Amino acid sequence: MADTIIKGHVGIGPTVSGPALVAHDNFSARYDLDRIAGVFSRPGHKLFGESYLGKVLVLNIAKGGVATAWMLHEMADRDRAPLALLLNYANPIMAQGAAHADFPLIDRFDTDITAKIKNGDRVTVDPAAGTVTIHDAG
Amino acid sequence: MKLTEHEEAMLAGEMGVPRQRALEHQIKVGRFFDAADMVEIAHVHIMADTESLGEAGVAFLEDIAAYPEADRRTLVPTVTDPRGADFNAYKRLKQQEDWIGLERRTIDAFQALDVLMTDTCINYQIVIPPVLGEHVAFGDTGSSIYTNSVLGARTNFEGGPSALAAALTGRTPRYGFHLDACRRGTAHFVLEDRPRDWADWGAAGGIIGREMSSYWHVPVIDGVDGAPTSDELKHFGAALASFGSTPLFHMIGVTPEAPTLQSVFDGAVPEPRRITRADIDAFYESYRPADDTLDVVVFAAPQLSLFELQRLGHLLDGRKVHEKTTLLAATAPEIKKSADRMGITKKIEASGGVLLEGVCFYNMHAREIGEANGWRRLMSNSAKIVNILGGYGYEPMLAPMERCVDSAVAGRIV
Repeated sequence: MADTIIKGHVGIGPTVSGPALVAHDNFSARYDLDRIAGVFSRPGHKLFGESYLGKVLVLNIAKGGVATAWMLHEMADRDRAPLALLLNYANPIMAQGAAHADFPLIDRFDTDITAKIKNGDRVTVDPAAGTVTIHDAG
Repeated sequence: MKLTEHEEAMLAGEMGVPRQRALEHQIKVGRFFDAADMVEIAHVHIMADTESLGEAGVAFLEDIAAYPEADRRTLVPTVTDPRGADFNAYKRLKQQEDWIGLERRTIDAFQALDVLMTDTCINYQIVIPPVLGEHVAFGDTGSSIYTNSVLGARTNFEGGPSALAAALTGRTPRYGFHLDACRRGTAHFVLEDRPRDWADWGAAGGIIGREMSSYWHVPVIDGVDGAPTSDELKHFGAALASFGSTPLFHMIGVTPEAPTLQSVFDGAVPEPRRITRADIDAFYESYRPADDTLDVVVFAAPQLSLFELQRLGHLLDGRKVHEKTTLLAATAPEIKKSADRMGITKKIEASGGVLLEGVCFYNMHAREIGEANGWRRLMSNSAKIVNILGGYGYEPMLAPMERCVDSAVAGRIV
């Protein structure tokens, strides 16, 4: 098995590698996270109770309010940000937050990113190229 | 992105470091969304509560505030969204002193930038409403959706860093809802039964918001016979934006870009999703608690208008909030002054209710004040606040204002 490369729109932030945390659900830092404990805290969220620390978060779309634009920077400053964020569709708030925090973000893939990447896959996120590489586990 | 000579000079640092950095930030965002150029704006609304800013965000603002006045002053009028603390009430709410210190530092930094501390999310009702076709940079989902939809002005959601950048450069990347093509309808809904009150309008917004599949989808609402009020559209829009991350809706015969169904859709009008009374009832039911325990009743998100406060004052007049329950209402500082002058505050406070100014509850470290005060079961007539607070450790319930007040007086959900 070779590595799989998925193409998205050119993103924001540096290249990073790490394990993926995946769900077909949506994302807002304010609505969904306990940003002190570093876990998903919204009871209805598919990742409820999961730690996002050190993970490449893979979710469907950006939801909710504007707070995430400040929060990504604030979370990164306290080492409480995820490693990167991959969405089928970001909204301006996610892009603005990523630009402010120099945080890796890519969206608009040629496939449903939440179906393509499996929980625990090791991935490399390259925002400048707009690509995500799923590394062969074998 | 295509830049003007003026923008190239700004990017080269000829107008100071803060404007240079602001434009660099805007170009990053503009490229992400394939913006062709920048559009000049004349009005900014900035969200910067300290819960979101944290120490890192406050230090960022203070860094800009330390530059010479000519470099740091905003270029267009810039007004603020609610803060994270009401200095007159924070002790009663058991907010921590270190948060209050962050608030004071934020205010000092903003004032050095010549930002107008309006501390309100209903600026479109009480400060300056933008006009049809005006480009603005608004940074609260509720103010953005109302401004795009009801007023026909043009904005994207401009989160704090980007709203600040727009204030410093006087422009914003031209993408999304600044463009005609983005403002076309993509989904069709019919309100079969007219919502009866503010909570109903919020529920209707929440139902539609849950069906929105990204920021770029524009719901078109038909079947509303006769214009709703500003407060009704405020609750509808705030809930729609909160549940859906949606910045624009069209309401046929009501909002200015939607005189007819045919005028807002390209091509054939899609089959509608019909929203009935049963859907609205089911929305309430989705927040039904397991028992009648009640800790706190909150009227906020959006802040209350003078008309909403008047109604709350009537409902509480001569009654007492139960000792086991806390009742909070949040409004803008300017409306609080009016309510003081007109005797409305007195009615609310005499009942034991607390009228907060310049805040909006969920942005006041809601998790920590909930824990400090033992608040878990929460009741509100705001669908938006009910949506947000589930993630903050509360068990929220949605009900009309009358039922919320009756429950606060009884000390249990009635």
